[in-house]
Amino acid sequence: MTKLLPTPSQTVGPYLSIGLPWPDGPHVVPEGTPGAFWIRGIVRDGNGDPVPDAMIETWQADPDGGFRHPDDPRGEASGDFRGFGRCPTTPEGTYGIHTLLPGVVPGEGGTAQARHIDVSVFARGLLNRCVTRIYFEDQDNSGDPVLATVPAERRGTLIAAKTEDGYRFDVRLQGEGETVFFRV
Amino acid sequence: MATPTEFRLPRYGEEPEGTHPPLGYPGYRSTALRHPKQDLVLLPQMLTEVTGPLLGPGRLGEFDNDLTRQHAGEPQGQRIIVTGRLLDGDGRPVRDSLVEIWQANAGGRYRHTGDRWPSPLDPNFDGVGRALTDSDGRYTFTTIKPGAYPWKNHDNAWRPAHIHFSVFGSAFTQRLVTQMYFPDDPLFSQDPIFNSIPDEKARQRMVSRYDHEITQSEWALGFQFDIVLRGRDASVFEEEEDEDE
Repeated sequence: MTKLLPTPSQTVGPYLSIGLPWPDGPHVVPEGTPGAFWIRGIVRDGNGDPVPDAMIETWQADPDGGFRHPDDPRGEASGDFRGFGRCPTTPEGTYGIHTLLPGVVPGEGGTAQARHIDVSVFARGLLNRCVTRIYFEDQDNSGDPVLATVPAERRGTLIAAKTEDGYRFDVRLQGEGETVFFRV
Repeated sequence: MATPTEFRLPRYGEEPEGTHPPLGYPGYRSTALRHPKQDLVLLPQMLTEVTGPLLGPGRLGEFDNDLTRQHAGEPQGQRIIVTGRLLDGDGRPVRDSLVEIWQANAGGRYRHTGDRWPSPLDPNFDGVGRALTDSDGRYTFTTIKPGAYPWKNHDNAWRPAHIHFSVFGSAFTQRLVTQMYFPDDPLFSQDPIFNSIPDEKARQRMVSRYDHEITQSEWALGFQFDIVLRGRDASVFEEEEDEDE
């Protein structure tokens, strides 16, 4: 089989907001969907200052733990759950994603992963995306195989806190309380 | 049949050293306060990582892939056709997949409130396009050649002309945002974003190729730009591949 060499990553630069946001981007599910909530947060830099030109993307299982994707060996999930969210940050560095709680998803070797959302962070000054995960503080995260590999003192950066209309998940790109980022 | 705990998943291979830029790159000053300093933690490729959004159909408007026809008049500048294939590392086309682009106008100015450099906006140019790959993985845009523009990164700093590309591929692991450059740009040597790619050959894979076959007589210059995403580990999928063929 032909092996082709991959195209390198480059920064989204300062003007991603003209090209990438969609009107319905933040809405993984529409307003009024039963059980839906907001995940809100602020993206901050190494000084703790808000990052006004970042973008958050999310990808997650549906509430039953399924994916509408042909490579899910359990079968492609039915329904119209998009699973994908996208929101640029505001001048104050904030973002919001309107979604449903993902179901439990199997992990490797018979383990079960705690409910989680995969996140990509893009920004001017990031030459490649940064990947992280959102977990939920009111869910059982004890057996999660990914969290187990994260140093205990840093796990908290991956756990969204309960709020009035959903959860709060801040991203600290650098410095005190730096978010755990992954290599995939 | 595979049981839920014993299923086999696609595995996306490691990319060669030097393909992607380091997150911290002093030459590009904006990385200084924004790049993570802690070590990245390995995230094994499980279900959430080997799946991903399959977007596109239903997201496109009539003139989304022709940036010269989105207004009453035509934009200023050199009309160009940019086309290429979205492939994975094994040469398989990524079909029906959303390709998004954004760019400056012919004078190097973005239609963005933050872009203050004194080159005029073009009332007939937004600089935003979307296309869907066909069954061969091919996308095509008609646009104008973006201009170079100055920025404040270093003394007399100018970005080479470029078009921003965003692609999804088939899986979360394949998500890529990059920039397409034009052949023989004299500004490459002083551009830290271009030069942040450690491997010189990898850098050249971001440079489009002039193609006289794509060029249309008395209409537009043609450029080819293929985008290659991570391939699947062949050993895992050998059997399935044989069955397919």
